[in-house]
This record gives sequence, structure tokens and C-alpha cells, in this order.
Amino acid sequence: MPKVTMRVNGRQVSGEVEGRTLLVQFLREGLEMTGTHVGCDTSQCGACVVHVNGAAMKSCTTFALDLEGAEVKTIEGMAAADGSLGVIQQAFQDHHGLQCGFCTPGMVMSAAALLAENPKPTEAEVRHYLEGNICRCTGYHNIVKAVMAASGQDVSAIAAE
Amino acid sequence: MPKDGIGASTKRREDIRFLTGNGHYTDDINLRGQTYAVFVRSQVAHGKLNKVDTSTAAGMPGVLRVFTGEDFAAVGGVPCGWQVTDKHGKVMLEPKHPVLAQGKVRYVGDAIAVVVAETEAQARDAAEAVVVDIDELPAVIDMKAAVAGGPLVHDEIGSNLCYDWGFVEENKAATDAAFETAAHVTTLELVNNRLVPNAMEPRVAVGDYERSTGQHTLYTTSQNPHVIRLLMGAFVLGIPEQKLRVVAPDVGGGFGSKIFHYVEEAFVTFAAKVVNRPVKWTAQRSESFITDAHGRDHVTKIQLAMDKDGHFLALRTDTYANMGAYLSTFAPSVPTWLHGTLMAGNYKTPLIYVNVKAVFTNTVPVDAYRGAGRPEATYQLERVIDKAARELGIDPIELRRRNFVQPNEFPYQTPVAVVYDTGNYQATMDKLIEIADLAGFDKRRAESAKHGKLRGLGVNCYIEACGIAPSHLVGQLGARAGLYESATVRVNATGGIVVMTGSHSHGQGHETAFPQVIADMIGIPADSVEIVHGDTANTPMGMGTYGSRSLAVGGSAMVKATNKIIAKAKKIAAHLLEASDADIELKDGKFSVAGTDKSVDWGSVCLAAYVPHNYPLESLEPGLEETAFYDPSNFTYPAGAYACEVEVDPDTGKVKICSFAAADDFGNIVNPMIVDGQVHGGIGQGIGQALLESAVYDENGQLLSGSYMDYAMPRADDVPFYTVDHSCQTPCTHNPLGVKGCGEAGAIGSPPAVVNAVVDALQRAGHTSVTHIDMPLSPSRVWAAMQA
Amino acid sequence: MYAFEFKRPATLAEAVTALGAEEAQALGGGQTLIPTLKQRLAAPAVLVSLNGIAEIKGICTDDAGRLCIGGGTTHAAVAKGAGAYPALAALAGGIGDPAVRNRGTIGGSLANNDPSACYPSAVLASGATIVTNTRQIAADDYFQGMFTTALEPGEIITEVRFPVPMKANYQKFVQPASRFALVGVFVAQFKDGVRVAVTGASTGGVFRWTEAERALSANFSAAAVKGLKASADDLIADIHGGADYRAHLIGVLTGRAVAAC
Repeated sequence: MPKVTMRVNGRQVSGEVEGRTLLVQFLREGLEMTGTHVGCDTSQCGACVVHVNGAAMKSCTTFALDLEGAEVKTIEGMAAADGSLGVIQQAFQDHHGLQCGFCTPGMVMSAAALLAENPKPTEAEVRHYLEGNICRCTGYHNIVKAVMAASGQDVSAIAAE
Repeated sequence: MPKDGIGASTKRREDIRFLTGNGHYTDDINLRGQTYAVFVRSQVAHGKLNKVDTSTAAGMPGVLRVFTGEDFAAVGGVPCGWQVTDKHGKVMLEPKHPVLAQGKVRYVGDAIAVVVAETEAQARDAAEAVVVDIDELPAVIDMKAAVAGGPLVHDEIGSNLCYDWGFVEENKAATDAAFETAAHVTTLELVNNRLVPNAMEPRVAVGDYERSTGQHTLYTTSQNPHVIRLLMGAFVLGIPEQKLRVVAPDVGGGFGSKIFHYVEEAFVTFAAKVVNRPVKWTAQRSESFITDAHGRDHVTKIQLAMDKDGHFLALRTDTYANMGAYLSTFAPSVPTWLHGTLMAGNYKTPLIYVNVKAVFTNTVPVDAYRGAGRPEATYQLERVIDKAARELGIDPIELRRRNFVQPNEFPYQTPVAVVYDTGNYQATMDKLIEIADLAGFDKRRAESAKHGKLRGLGVNCYIEACGIAPSHLVGQLGARAGLYESATVRVNATGGIVVMTGSHSHGQGHETAFPQVIADMIGIPADSVEIVHGDTANTPMGMGTYGSRSLAVGGSAMVKATNKIIAKAKKIAAHLLEASDADIELKDGKFSVAGTDKSVDWGSVCLAAYVPHNYPLESLEPGLEETAFYDPSNFTYPAGAYACEVEVDPDTGKVKICSFAAADDFGNIVNPMIVDGQVHGGIGQGIGQALLESAVYDENGQLLSGSYMDYAMPRADDVPFYTVDHSCQTPCTHNPLGVKGCGEAGAIGSPPAVVNAVVDALQRAGHTSVTHIDMPLSPSRVWAAMQA
Repeated sequence: MYAFEFKRPATLAEAVTALGAEEAQALGGGQTLIPTLKQRLAAPAVLVSLNGIAEIKGICTDDAGRLCIGGGTTHAAVAKGAGAYPALAALAGGIGDPAVRNRGTIGGSLANNDPSACYPSAVLASGATIVTNTRQIAADDYFQGMFTTALEPGEIITEVRFPVPMKANYQKFVQPASRFALVGVFVAQFKDGVRVAVTGASTGGVFRWTEAERALSANFSAAAVKGLKASADDLIADIHGGADYRAHLIGVLTGRAVAAC
């Protein structure tokens, strides 16, 4: 079987994969990193979003072998080395931006990508950017609020609603 | 009092693992030696199953075994947990639901065979090589056609009419008579659209078997592992409880769809023993669409009789309720006891008659989905009231107020069996008017008009029955289970507490909220309490989480067990303090003798219980652990008032939700942050039902909206920020916490608000012939309505 | 997915050779192809990824003033880098979602020619030229019906050359589930006339709405197309809207596109 090598959360990893092995399978099964989830088979739910070379991508719609040498970041790489939550993660907890937690890894990764390119997004920009991440629990209210809070904006007016 | 007790918006402790990729979902479980199951499913909605040829598949690489219906010939069918008796006193028709199809397939997705192989890919390759010989039969999809002589879904029961339920049958004649003389009758025919629950985590089941002990373990995405153990063990596979452990670890949302016992669970449990290896099945989303129980799917005609002033005199409603091809676990209860009993709504309607015909069709089984029956009741009632208000020329809020059950009329006996213990519907309506700024609507409407948009306002009320349910009552109504809840409270020697609950969290935050209650009761920090749930091996028999029951029933069990703990701890404290039990007070984690400065702290008492050197052993056992089962004496009745403002684009029919406000009365609140979140999520799903979602079958029984390409899930930009308030609180009178439940309210109360708003927008714009549009209010439907 | 051999050539020449193999198929960003493979609706023996070929990525302007976009350029890169043709950049920025845009490519979209995809409307309305490893194909000759193009087996889109109109705008009315175009209309005004291309609506894939082109060429204003109704013949009718609704939307969106120009 062919072998693929990439860096995942700063760590060089390699493994044998089939041609049809998706990145998400390589992560979950090959590397036993189960934080990245699969919620659909049509590339729409976004539970599988990771960063590849700094850009958000759907790991269920990318072949592992197509990412030879790539830099991949997953939800497991978002907290500090001591385990403390990153700014976005902390905002999600502070503002109850998750319930069942299944869409959360993809949601956090998409939010991180958004804030990297747009550090102070408006509510409309947050909602639009997250259109590729489906959440069934929260009605999105607290997710949008958390992302705006993570960007350093005052969300207290929203809290009053 | 601890700062993280009842009423505190304590941040959720479970979030840490979910936010760091350390959640432990069923698909994250990989057992040593695990094999993979892939199902061969019917691609036709109805057919005679002649032969399943597994010979090629069985010889393919990695295949351990191919199972067919024959392997399950001696195994029980998947049981139904509720038996409805119809208006003639006849019990419902209850066809067998085999684990794998036997002789016939009855819906697209019906399980025919399963390949178990070394890898998932090998199993999928081999599944394609299973040759299924089916004579396709005409499918029956439309419910009215199904009961009007359409093809039989189950030949052996002789009818597609599962039951014909009348409620309350004794009210029928008087109800009809009231219609004869009423000053005004409003009639509305509507469809409550079929939905696919779509928890973001697809279902997964992993079966394991230990040959040396005969012990089975099933890991499954379930809201109620004990219920699965009971149903599957006793009725399907014949495994006694002590040999069967069911584990539901982190579960990625349920919304009802993970209550039910599914054939895949029975299959992996059975197959693991046969192949003597763990067997894992993971649903692909496209498979979820055709195997998870769907929700709603009612076709209804409702009529409201009023006097000349708009006082409600009588209500009658006829509903066809789709059961799908088989009876899912609680399917029969949804259009009956969870629907008919709520038809009084928030109003004093003296006479109500409900008829429900439950119908088999060649579609996926239909069962409870967030709200389950109560959204169907609320939708038709609140839509017909809105239509009546327009017909009578009475403001829709005023018409509702005129008919509210008044605050001084509780407990209120409705004509549909239930007794509302408490409520204040005027208060939630007043609150709604304030938080939704209804006074500013005209100004906002004028602003919308400047941009060429048609603004509308929809308001409605809702009531639901939660905290499901008194066992003696549901037993009379046909439930084949009790609906109590359990808790074991284990105090450790150094004072920390572990609560083992029969409730199950799949997003509701029990691990955070339950400890807040105990912290409050004892006066210790919430973080000294841990919650264990989801594993039959270490939790007492409990009925799980659905029907907004966790805190009202499971929480009450925990309170009851904790009270036993406190009572015993007081005795220990009395011994240590050389005082009488009756004089011991517990406050802020300290036991003291009333009227003295003598005290002993919580930790010392706990230590004494486990190191009983100085202990009244002659009268008291050592240890500090108590179990309680709580069976409620009534349902709880959360209620509220909702408002939605929309803008309709007259050129395209597209509806934008401009604002949504919810004023709910949930009784007492333990964690306001979590309650807000539950309401937000429910509203999101309700808006989804109203505007976007629909499971559509073609006449051949193919699901046309079988993926996210065609089934429109609400996305972040389909919804606004919501305004929610739960400051109107009339505590439940019959459970110790005074709580009512908040999980389903949003999904129950929001669809009529949205539809009322769209109809209002069109009416105000002069489309006076538009009195109703069926959900989902897609752009094309709204546009078509405007052309009429 | 069925098993296949995966190849990731670094040059166009290597890719062409790889695609010469029996049952070989090119892989662009894969945002449509991979879901199709998951459903086992395609069974290539060899999948040739074009993602490692630097020479077919990037955006530049040629001597004729055309905006030239490499076939392997992602939607995100076009959204960011096609400032010389703002309507095209805006269209690219509205395809799928951010994660899809970071992976999906213009060449992949055009080779697939989904009847609801956005890019075909821009290509057709712009009168763009599809450049492949063997030839140049005019937009009017390229689109040959739903999922059907003038491409030969093994032919790779290396570049798309867009004449930049004086004014242009794309209006997309999304299908609420997939968020593809239920109807999308691209209007482009050139010195020598106006081109209007419609996607999402027709069973035959993207097409030019010639009546609107005539009307707008004579009078480039929303008023000129007001009351002009596209024919509902051959339009898609599905659970999201009937043919008459799509026909109506074509008129509405064309007017809006002109007004937004």
C-alpha cells in the first residue's frame, strides 16, 4: 500500500493508506485521532473540517494521498500544551456554543479560519461563513455569539436577549 | 449557598472534552478484533422477497459471514412499546417487525441482509455482491389511499389502518351538537410535514460478546440504554439483563430518534456471538435518512366552533397519522396520548373530540421527534385560532386572551383527560408583547415596505405535557413500560459524591446541571459531584431522556435519593454531636445542633459513615449510599407565548425570519444558560420545519429528499438571534424541584408563529385569499400562493 | 468507494500520461467527485489528482486584457485574486462554503458541468475560452448539456480566459438544501452587446437567454427586461420549485443583475 507523510498538529506522521482513504479516515483510524467527526456523506455538514496548510477544508472530501507533505491542524491541536482552552474554544464554553458536541470540532475549526481572515466579523459575516457547518442543537444563537466574543467584540447586548 | 447551585448559569464541564476532540462517541470505539457490518437494504418500497443469494458475497475477501432473514427466523421481532386501543375498544394492529426482512420488503431502506467482514470496505464490496430477487409490488404512500383499499403493507393483518382512535369518545355527540348551533365555525385543513430528525451524529452500534462468560455488550447511540437492554434482551434476542450490558457513551444529539430500539442494535449483538468477534455498524448519512425513524407526518382537518364574541365552544379534529411500514417503539403513542391530550391548548374549550387514524404506508417508520405529538397539536390549534381571528375580525392576541384558562382556575381539568397543575398564560403573553416589542411592529413594517418587502407578525401560544410520565396513567393508556426515573447517590468517604442516573445526556448538560441541585441541597461545591450515566452496568434501571423529562423526573429521583442521604447523615451527625436527630440542621455543608454552636462538617460525617469507629452501628448501617425511584403523579405543563416577524420577498416568495421571541414558563430553573440553549435549539428546529425541512416521497416510495442536497437543514444564516425569556415562573406543584422541562418547547411553539407571520404578511399585502400555506414555506410555495 | 490507484503527478505532461491509462479519471478539488465516488456512482481504476500541478494554478491578465485563470485554481483563490473581474470574483466567493472553496477548482467545476453550478454561467455569459492541454474551446461550444461538455476523455482544463465585460453581475437564488443555484443568472455587458447566461434552471444545463440579451443590448436597464418571461419549456421541476417558478426567477434575477451592475 502507498504511504503518506504529513504533519498533523505539528507532529510528523506517516502511514500506509489506500488510494481511496480519506483524510478523515487517516486521522480517525490511522492516527486514532477521533476528534474530527463524520456527519454526512455529501460534503455539507462540516463536522469534519480541519485546516490544511492553514485553510479550512472538509477532511471527508479530501484524499489522504493528496496531502503528501501537508500541514494539517485538527481540533486536537487547538488547546495549549498544558490543556488550557484556546480563545475560540473558551468562548464556546463561556457562551454555551455547543450542546451534544458532535459538530463542535468542525465548528471551532471553521471559526478559527474565519477569524484568521476576518478578525472582527459582523453577525452576518459569521453566519454566512458558517453556512458549511450544520448544528442541530443550538439554533446557532450561541455559536454566532461565541465566535463574535472570541473576536474580542462585546456580545453583552446579545446576552440580554 | 454555593455559588454554583440552583439558578446559576454554571459553564458546562462536559464542554472541555467536546472542545478538545476528546469526546467519546460510539463511532470512536474500536474494539480489539473488531469486524464491520454493512447492510443490504431494499431499494424498492414494496416487494415480495423471493431469494437472497449470498454465495458470491460469502466468498469475497475478508468476509466472515453474510446474514439474511433466515438467520433471524427463530428470533423475536422488534417490539412496539405502546398499545393503543381504538374507539371501538379494539387493540391496534401490530405487525411483526423482523430484524432482517422475511418474505417481503416494506420500505426503501428495509434491511434484507448484512455482510460482516474484516474491514468496512470489504463488507461494502461484498454487500454489493449479494443478489436480491424481489418482485416489486405497488407501493402505498398516500395515507388516505392506504386506508381506501390501497395495497396492503402487511398482508397478514388485513388492513393498513393500525387504529381508529376517538378521544374522548363520550364527548363526540355533544361536540358535534355544539357545532350545529355555534355562531361561527372556522375550518382548516393542513399537513404537518414529515421530518427527518438528523441528529448530527449518525447512529452507530457495536456488539461485543465474551464467550467465556456469555456476556453481551452493546455500545449504541441511544437516549435510553436501559430501555434498549429491556426491549432487545427480553423481546428480540432472549438475553437476560444480567448477561447484557448496554452502553450509550457520548451521544451526538437525539431529538427522539435515538429513543427507539433499531434492528441494527439487535443485529450487531446477535452477530457478535455468531462470529465471536466484535461487530461494528456505522450509519452513513444517506443510510440515516432511510433508517432513522422520521417525525410528524400528519394530515389534519380541524374545526373550531365559537360564539359571536369568539368564545371557544367546541373543537374537533380529524387526523391521519403516518406510522410508516412498521410500528417503531413508541409510534402509536405520538398521535394519540401525546397529541389528543394537548388539544385544549391554553384555552377553556368545553368540548373537544379528536379522531386519529394511524396508517401503515411503504415508508420509513415514523415515531417521536422533538415535541412528538405536541407540535402537531399546537400547530393545528394555533393555526385555526389565527384563521378564526381573521374571520371574526378580532385581534389574534385578544382572541387568545379571551379564551385563556385564568391563573385562578388551576388545577384545571381539560376535556381531554389531563389536569394542568399550574400556569399563567396572561403573564407569558404580556411578557412576550414586551420582549418582542410588538408596539413597534407597524414602524418596522413600514421600514420593510420601503425596501420592497412584506412584513408580517405571527403570534401564538403553546402548552405541552412533559416530565413523562405517571406510570399508572401511561399503563392505562397502553404503555408497556413504566416511566419513572432512578438515581443512586453515592457519597464517598471523603465527602465527594457520584450520582448514577437513569437519565441520559446527549447534549442537555446533565453533568453540569444535576450537580448544581445537589450542591444546593447539601451546601457543597458542585464540582465535588460527578454524574455517571449511559451504562446499564453502573446505573440503576431508568427510562432515559426524552419528553423533557430529565430534570423533572430524573432530577426528582436524585433529590429523593439525596434526601435519604441527608436524613441518614443527620443521624450520623446527631451521634457525633451527641444530640437528637430532630435537632440537627444542615446548612452550607455543615450539620449543627439547633440553637447551639455545636457542629460537624459534611466531610467528617461522610468519613464517619465509612470509618465507623465512633458510630451508632446498633441502629445504623455504615456507608452513605442511597437509591431512589421517582414516579411522577402528573405530567408537567410548560407553556408560553411566541412571536415571529418575517419579511417576504414579493418577487421570489423567499421568507426571511427577522426576529423571533419566546416567553416561556418552565417553572423553576436550575441553569438558565442551559435552558436558553434548549429553547434556542428548539426554535431553530421549528423554523426548520416551518420554512425548510421536508421528507418527500414520490409515488413509488423513493425518498426524494434523502440527503442534505435535497433535505434543507437550517444553517446559521437562515435564522436570527432569538429573544428568549423565562422569567414567568409558576413552579410545578408536584415535583420537588418545581421544574417543568424545557427541551421541546422551542420546537413545539415556533412553527405556528412562523406560518402565522407569513400568512399575516401576505394578508396585509392584499393577498386576502391566502389563509394557509402548508409547511415548509419554501420560496416556491409562497410565491405560488401569491399568484392565486 | 471502490478501490482505485491514486496518482498525484507534479506536471501537466505527467498527468496527461497518467490519464491515458484504462479507466483513468482526473480529480480536481473533488468536492463533487468524491461524494459521487462515495455513492459508488463512478468506478475509476486510476484517479489522477491535478492538485499537485503548479503550472495550472494562478490568475493573470493576458495581452488581450483577458483574465486568465488556471484550471487548478481554487474558488477561494479566484474570489480573492480576480479583482480585475469583480462579478466573477463575487461568484467564486459564493460557491459552496468556505471549506469547499478552499479545495474546489474552476477546472473541476467546468469539467463536471453540474446543471446547478455557478461557474458555467460566468463562462458562458463572458464568452470565455476554455483552454485544455490540446486545444481552445469557445464557451458557446463547450457546454453540451447536463454533466456533458466538449472535453474528450483524458483532456485537462488548463486555463479559462475571460474577456472582462464593461459591467457584469451574477445573481444566485439558492436551492435551500444544497445551496447550489436553484437559478443563477449572469449578465455581462460588452461593447458589442450583452450576454445573459442562466444556470440551475434547465434540464439542458447552462444556457443563454437570447430574448433578454436582445432587450438588454438595445437598452441596458432593468426596465428593459421587466415583463420579459423566460420559457418554462425544458426547465427543471423538482421538490424545490416547478418549471414555472424557475422561469419566473430567471426574469427576476436578470432584472436584479442588471440593476446591480
